[in-house]
This record gives sequence, C-alpha cells and structure tokens, in this order.
Amino acid sequence: MSLSIDLEVRQDVLCIRLSGELDHHTSEELKSRVTEAIEKHHILHIIMNLEKLTFMDSSGLGVVLGRYKQIKLKNGEMVVCAITPQVKRLFEMSGLFKIIRLEPSEQFALERLGVA
Amino acid sequence: MHIQFSALSQNESFARVTVAAFIAQLDPTLDELTEIKTVVSEAVTNAIIHGYEQNPAGIVYISAAIEDDMIDLVIRDNGIGINDIEEARQPLFTTKPELERSGMGFTIMENFMDQIEVESHPGTGTTIRLIKYVTKNKALCN
Repeated sequence: MSLSIDLEVRQDVLCIRLSGELDHHTSEELKSRVTEAIEKHHILHIIMNLEKLTFMDSSGLGVVLGRYKQIKLKNGEMVVCAITPQVKRLFEMSGLFKIIRLEPSEQFALERLGVA
Repeated sequence: MHIQFSALSQNESFARVTVAAFIAQLDPTLDELTEIKTVVSEAVTNAIIHGYEQNPAGIVYISAAIEDDMIDLVIRDNGIGINDIEEARQPLFTTKPELERSGMGFTIMENFMDQIEVESHPGTGTTIRLIKYVTKNKALCN
C-alpha cells in the first residue's frame, strides 16, 4: 500500500496524478518531488488529478495546502480534478474548496488553465 | 484485538488496514470502512508525530473490540501528552505548522465517529477512545 506519483509539465503547469494512498508517510515524498519540480520547471499552476487516489487523511490535506501556498506566492492557481466522494468529503470538511478550484476532469482543468 | 508497533510512519497503513480487516466481520458499508481507516490513520499519525515526536523507539498501542453493532477503538501512546486538549481539538489548530500539519485530525475523528474521548497528561501520554455504530438492517442480497 503506497503512493504512485506521476508528474507532467505543460508549459508553466504541473500536472500531478496520484494513485494509491496519501498519508503522513507518503506525503513526504509527494512534498519533495512536487517542490523540486516547481523550482526546476518554473511552475506557476498546479493540477492535481485524484481519480486513482484510494485513501487520504489530514496529512494529505496538509501537503495539498502546502503546495497551494507555494504557488500562491507566485500568484498561481491550483485546480483539483476527478476527485472521489471520500476524498471530496475531507476537502469540504476543511474548507479547501474556498481556495482551490474543483473541476470534473483533467481535460476541464487543463482548459481552465489554458494549456489544453 | 490488540496490536502494538513502533512509531514509524510506514506503520500507519499497517494500522488502518489491520483494524479495517478486523471490523470487516460486521459487514460495514464502504463509507463506514473508509471512516474507520481514516480515524485510525489520524490517531496513529498524532501518536507518531506529536506523542513521540517521530522517535521510532516509541510504541503505539491499538485495541479494537466489537459489541453487537458497536466498534470500540482505543489508540494509546506513552509520549509527551497534550497540554490543552480543548485547544488541540479546534479545527485547523496545530502545534507543528512547519511540518505542514493541517490541524484537521481531531475534527475528522469527531465527524467520522459517534463518540470520542481524549485522555492525556503531559509526560505520560495520550489515550483516544473512539466509538462507532455501524448500520444495521442492511438489505439482503441473496
């Protein structure tokens, strides 16, 4: 039971596709890989595709919020897409949708950020 | 059911999957199973990060019992304890913002369980008791 992290850069957008389980243990790797990619590729916006994320807890909320703060400093935007009902519940409980946009699919998210 | 394990982050998934396997005999819904896994993850992560401050020499203890349709979980550590339990339970409150903690652990436990009791003393550790009633009278599919 672990987390698989797929990163793709499209211009100034970093697309993060997660599959598996995001908890305190796996959030450390996600944080370091995404932070490295943001710096290396001069990333402004982030898309998080959570379609295949089977489990998430509050450590996941922390790492998402941390990356939001990182790109917010550059006036970037974060879009979450293809979220499962279980994960959506945690986002709603913590009020994250007040600052992070939700789109039904990765395609919609890419269009929203103008890199489709 | 009783388990104990070292305060290592890789044991968080072991803990939640083991408790989920134990309560599977109650035939919970998928939502109930996810709720139980999430609260176990929250309490165990708190014990590792806050109770033991990530010292792997610490031991986390979990007891789980089933009585009719009730699940009774106790997650305990012998760590540093909580100074102010009321403050710790506030949504978004965290003592470790530098570790990107969201401060949502207790809020999630309160939302996903029917009852929560927190007992903690500085220097001796924290015990969290979580109770949940699973749905009865499910439709039979046979």
